[in-house]
Amino acid sequence: MIPYSAYLVVGAIMFTIGTVGVLIRRDPLIIFMSVEMMLNAVNLTLVAISRQLRSMDGQIFVFFVMTVAAAEVVIGLAIIVAIFRSRDSIDVDAISSMRG
Amino acid sequence: MQSYAWILLAAPLLGFALNGAFGRRLSRSQVSAIGCGAIGVAFVVALLCYAQLLGWTGHDQATRGNFNYYTWAGSGALKIQAGMLIDPLSVTMLLVVTGVGFLIHVYSIGYMHDDPDYSRFFAYMNLFLFSMLMLVLANNFLFLLIGWGLVGLSSYLLIGFWYYNVSAVLAARKALIMNVIGDVGIMLAIFTMFRQWGDISYSGVFARAATYKSGDHIITAICLLLLVGALAKSAQIPLHTWLPDAMEGPTPVSALIHAATMVTAGVYLIARCHVLYDLSPFSAGLVACIGAATAVVAATIALVQTDIKRVLAYSTMSQIGYMFLGVGVGAYSSGMFHLVTHAFFKALLFMGAGSVIHALGGEQDLRKMGALRSRLPKTYLVFTIGVLAIAGVPPLAGFWSKDEILAHAYALNDWHVVLWAMGMITAGMTVFYMFRLWYLAFHGRSRLDKEVAGHLHESPTSMLVPMYVLSVLAVVGGFLQTPFWGGLHEFLRPVMDHLPDRAYTLLPAPWDRDVDFQWGAFAILLVLIATGWFLARDLYHQGPRSQRDIPAAALPLYTFFSHKWYFDELYHVLFEVPVYALATLSWRWVDRGLIDPIVNGVAAGVGSASDDLRPVESGYVRTYALALVVGVLLVVGLAVAQR
Repeated sequence: MIPYSAYLVVGAIMFTIGTVGVLIRRDPLIIFMSVEMMLNAVNLTLVAISRQLRSMDGQIFVFFVMTVAAAEVVIGLAIIVAIFRSRDSIDVDAISSMRG
Repeated sequence: MQSYAWILLAAPLLGFALNGAFGRRLSRSQVSAIGCGAIGVAFVVALLCYAQLLGWTGHDQATRGNFNYYTWAGSGALKIQAGMLIDPLSVTMLLVVTGVGFLIHVYSIGYMHDDPDYSRFFAYMNLFLFSMLMLVLANNFLFLLIGWGLVGLSSYLLIGFWYYNVSAVLAARKALIMNVIGDVGIMLAIFTMFRQWGDISYSGVFARAATYKSGDHIITAICLLLLVGALAKSAQIPLHTWLPDAMEGPTPVSALIHAATMVTAGVYLIARCHVLYDLSPFSAGLVACIGAATAVVAATIALVQTDIKRVLAYSTMSQIGYMFLGVGVGAYSSGMFHLVTHAFFKALLFMGAGSVIHALGGEQDLRKMGALRSRLPKTYLVFTIGVLAIAGVPPLAGFWSKDEILAHAYALNDWHVVLWAMGMITAGMTVFYMFRLWYLAFHGRSRLDKEVAGHLHESPTSMLVPMYVLSVLAVVGGFLQTPFWGGLHEFLRPVMDHLPDRAYTLLPAPWDRDVDFQWGAFAILLVLIATGWFLARDLYHQGPRSQRDIPAAALPLYTFFSHKWYFDELYHVLFEVPVYALATLSWRWVDRGLIDPIVNGVAAGVGSASDDLRPVESGYVRTYALALVVGVLLVVGLAVAQR
């Protein structure tokens, strides 16, 4: 049987990969994928801890997270399309007009 | 009476609304029909009120015309009724205001004919009539104050009617400021009454006041506060400087507002509050002194003015001084009598002056007139009647009323005799300056500019007819009351010696002071008239005198008078200079020296701090994400480290 801690380690690794992806990549699609990876890492952790604590709360949270993630992707992709239409580029570093 | 008296207010207000809102789209004849019609209706209603009043007897006349339409506002103990008081005193004012007002509206049709703002003029005039009637008809002090303030406003609007002249705008502003000083006085008087008695209706206040002893401090305080209002409105010293400047307005305005009606409101106020003034000998004495002083001062200034309207303006101040002297010595009916006759002959004189100015295309300088007698014969005729009436030539109106006031001052047999002497001197000066004006304008050589002389013309009928009517009134008006027949005196008696529920007999009653016709004073007056006339004729028959003709000894006096006793300069030094200095001080030291550095320092601090922080907001999403991660790591790290 796979020990409980293994799930947490995998979750932590996935979350770190996602975070680094968000920080270093410049393509918004990849950034989105990284964000999804972070969310799923959290989901995995939630499910593992929920099982460990014999409580259903964490698993219900997971459903919420998945719903929000789906909505977020829809909106995010729409924004990316809109940006592309107006600028012909989706490089996130080019979108910095809000700088101080 | 209650069923129709409201038309007195509604008609002018409707006229104001119609001419004000739609005047530009109406033709001139429609505008004049609305403007004059509204006042004509008011005059008819005033006559109706008068007729009904005559049907009542005795004390009914003073009380039955006091009615409320509805409660206008109420809060706790304070209930303010929208009501009217129609008694002999207010009916006298009503008839003068609407009657003379109507004539002047008709006169304006001719006078303002070429003005592009014809409808605005009539709208303002109707607004003035509405305000004045409100003032007169009020049955409590608050509605009096509303009317009081509104006449000040309409006076301001009409003085500044030709707003493209800077001098007119300045004059209007000056008048408004002076009048508001008076309004504040009345406001404070109302506060005092409410605090003292919880009531501000005439009947309530007078009934309660009558229970006080003579010379009570509260009564004196109220009297003095009311007096501030009366002084400002009636252009008496020291709040008189606005009236001569108010001559910047169109001449019908000067005739209606600044001669016949509004400026006499102070006299009406004191007569209305006679209960209070009877109880405060100090205030009454002050009223008389101020009246006499103003009469003399204004007359001396009028001696040397060269602007035809300014002579009349100072003459108005001087005559109102007489009225104040009258009401100040308790001769309320004499004061009101002079108010009525003065309204007749001074409106007539202003109309005559307006007719001259109209004929001369706007020229007001007496030095550029002369020999108008043959060119404007009709104006000459009515103007002569006006001059004789104001000079006090018997049996014209001015003689009877002026003589009666002086007789009352004399009859007190105490220090008031000084005031009587001042009044006598003023009477002499009045004759002199009026005949000076008369000779300069109508006699001697013609000193007109060529251009002006070319299109000299007699005024149109619409201007002449009101002048004819008023000149008849100026001749016969004096018979309202003579020493042998106290017409107005008896008419006003119910107001003056009756109070609703207290025995007014407790008070000292100057009302029935026995004043005989004084043949001695009459003789002095005749001598003064003759002297004044001959002096004026001797000096000004040929035309204006140059400064060189003045004897060296009299030159300082001449300079003093022609600078209007330096009142404007005095006020400049007393009020303008300190205020300006204080303002400069506040600006230079407080504002620029103290407040500006604080405000600018805060702004500069925030600015430089944000300059340093600007690079943080790089605009790169990744930077923000990194900041989030670092932040979370820190928080979590801290939490872990603390375990």
